[in-house]
Amino acid sequence: MRFTKDHEWVEVDDNIATVGITAYAAEQLGDVVFVETPDVGKAVKAGDGFAVVESVKAASDVYAPVSGEVVEANGALGDAPDTVNAEPEAAGWFAKVRLSNPAEVEALMDRPAYEAYLQTL
Amino acid sequence: MSMSSVGRPTQPNVGASIGGHASLTGGRGLLQDEPLLFELGGWDKTGVDFDAAEHDASDLGDLVRSRPIGLSGLSEPETMRHYVRLSQKNHAIDLALYPLGSCTMKHNPRLNEKMARLSGFADLHPLQPMSTTQGALELMDRLAHWLKTLTGMPAVALTPKAGAHGELCGLLCIRAAHEAAGHGHRRRVLVPTSAHGTNPATAAFVGYSVQEIAQTADGRVDLSDLAAKLGPDVAAIMVTNPNTCGLFERDVIEIARLTHEAGAYFYCDGANFNAIVGRVRPGDLGVDAMHINLHKTFSTPHGGGGPGAGPVVLSKALAPFAPAPWIVHGSQGLELVEETKAEAAQAFGRMCAFQGQMGMFVRAYAYMRSHGSDGLRQVAEDAVLNANYVKAVLSAQMTPAFPDGPCMHEALFSDAWLDDTGVTTLDFAKAMIDEGFHPMTMYFPLVVHGAMLIEPTETESKRELDRFCGALLALAKAAKAGDVDRFKGAPYLAPMRRLDETLAARKPKLTWRPDDSTVAPTPLAAE
Repeated sequence: MRFTKDHEWVEVDDNIATVGITAYAAEQLGDVVFVETPDVGKAVKAGDGFAVVESVKAASDVYAPVSGEVVEANGALGDAPDTVNAEPEAAGWFAKVRLSNPAEVEALMDRPAYEAYLQTL
Repeated sequence: MSMSSVGRPTQPNVGASIGGHASLTGGRGLLQDEPLLFELGGWDKTGVDFDAAEHDASDLGDLVRSRPIGLSGLSEPETMRHYVRLSQKNHAIDLALYPLGSCTMKHNPRLNEKMARLSGFADLHPLQPMSTTQGALELMDRLAHWLKTLTGMPAVALTPKAGAHGELCGLLCIRAAHEAAGHGHRRRVLVPTSAHGTNPATAAFVGYSVQEIAQTADGRVDLSDLAAKLGPDVAAIMVTNPNTCGLFERDVIEIARLTHEAGAYFYCDGANFNAIVGRVRPGDLGVDAMHINLHKTFSTPHGGGGPGAGPVVLSKALAPFAPAPWIVHGSQGLELVEETKAEAAQAFGRMCAFQGQMGMFVRAYAYMRSHGSDGLRQVAEDAVLNANYVKAVLSAQMTPAFPDGPCMHEALFSDAWLDDTGVTTLDFAKAMIDEGFHPMTMYFPLVVHGAMLIEPTETESKRELDRFCGALLALAKAAKAGDVDRFKGAPYLAPMRRLDETLAARKPKLTWRPDDSTVAPTPLAAE
């Protein structure tokens, strides 16, 4: 699993990247009440907003950590946005993206680096 | 009492024992629990008596309604009492200090109300012949003159009806100017992370894409990030000054220079103009368009008492694209230029059907004239002085988000001082209600953790500020001393206990239906 400074995570399996927000992000947001996932087929570019998460505190953009095409969105979050709080780095995933530039993943932080980064916040 | 953040009690306090004393019927002093109008009235009664209709034949055929429409029948006293009781559960600027930041809830002078009720203003119709509305047009013309003078800008569009509507007006001017210059390809708008949410929303509504500008550690626009993101496809930047951290953008001249150098326009969100009115003219800073919330800076009511009004001042470059109508001095007196006239050929259109919020124009102008130019300057000075007083006093227990240097019109604290207490910003705000104070703005701006944003405005006395700060300091000490239940269970003394915001947002109940359409009105606390 790799991480961004904006608290998204990516896990790659056979060129398909599953993307979500980290446990730290979910904790900071508080109770998530709404998630807008991207449409399947949408082309996303690393760094662009591609989903929206809304909690009792704020609505926030979720940035695509990698570029590619959305091949699946987590529809279950529509009825159960609280999954993002319960299992942010598993069942609370947002979308799956077919990588167009797999090298982007290598540039992201690994878990020790991300945890060290959290210590600086 | 211990509660988690979910499943918080939502029952009203009615019948709750206070000081160990409970009433027999669930009443609470003279404060009644208030049902919905539909629960209060009945389907089988009416508030007015009509004579039986002489002709009861209908021409509606099979369109005649077959079921009762279920409107609740209530007498005038029942209706009046319902709304007055609801108002007793509400909070208002006429009841107490309203410390919401980024909102400027200041006193609405009664003189404004008296002027707005003069029949020459209050009874106008927008389609009256202009020869009969010269006084109203003169007031609008004078208001426009004051707004242009105070901002150092050559043109103003009076019609936008709120701050966000003003933003829309400003961006539509900018889009029209780019298109007129053959620069319609400029589609990107840059917005700082601390911006009001309406800024990116407005840009998106106009069809632009939005990109965030990073913020420096001391709460200002990051110039190097701005410079890196400006480019030939940028239409505008939208910067609030003073910003939502309550800080003046020190580099605003450089921000304007970089923006203009890149061929973009500088939109300034003028929501916080009350901090600099009479002291700084945005036109001198290089601003191209700025809305002015009359309902903030110029004391007209808002927050449910509105409507708002958000006139937009424009630079020379944008003035030709201003929306119709505007006022000119013609041969027959004052006239409105509508978009059908030749001189409005470049106007992008119009923002509303008629001339804007006339009642608010009267109130804002009354406020300006009763203060005078020196008085408006003192408004800004006192607003800033009061905010700095609050910041200094509360810093004894709370952590200011930007401790270095003074703030402008609002004081911003983070929740760092609550670390390890088990109390959150939300808990603290709810406990303020028990102490008799409306909470401050919470969790905004987003760039500060657990933000608490306090704007006292110039209208509060030192005595009231001391009372407010005293309550917050006492609460802060209680939080640090481990009195967690005081916060987790708060509010204890409000008509309603803490609401389950999460449930309300996830499963909102937007309609109410009686279980049975023949339901009879229920007497209060019948059991």
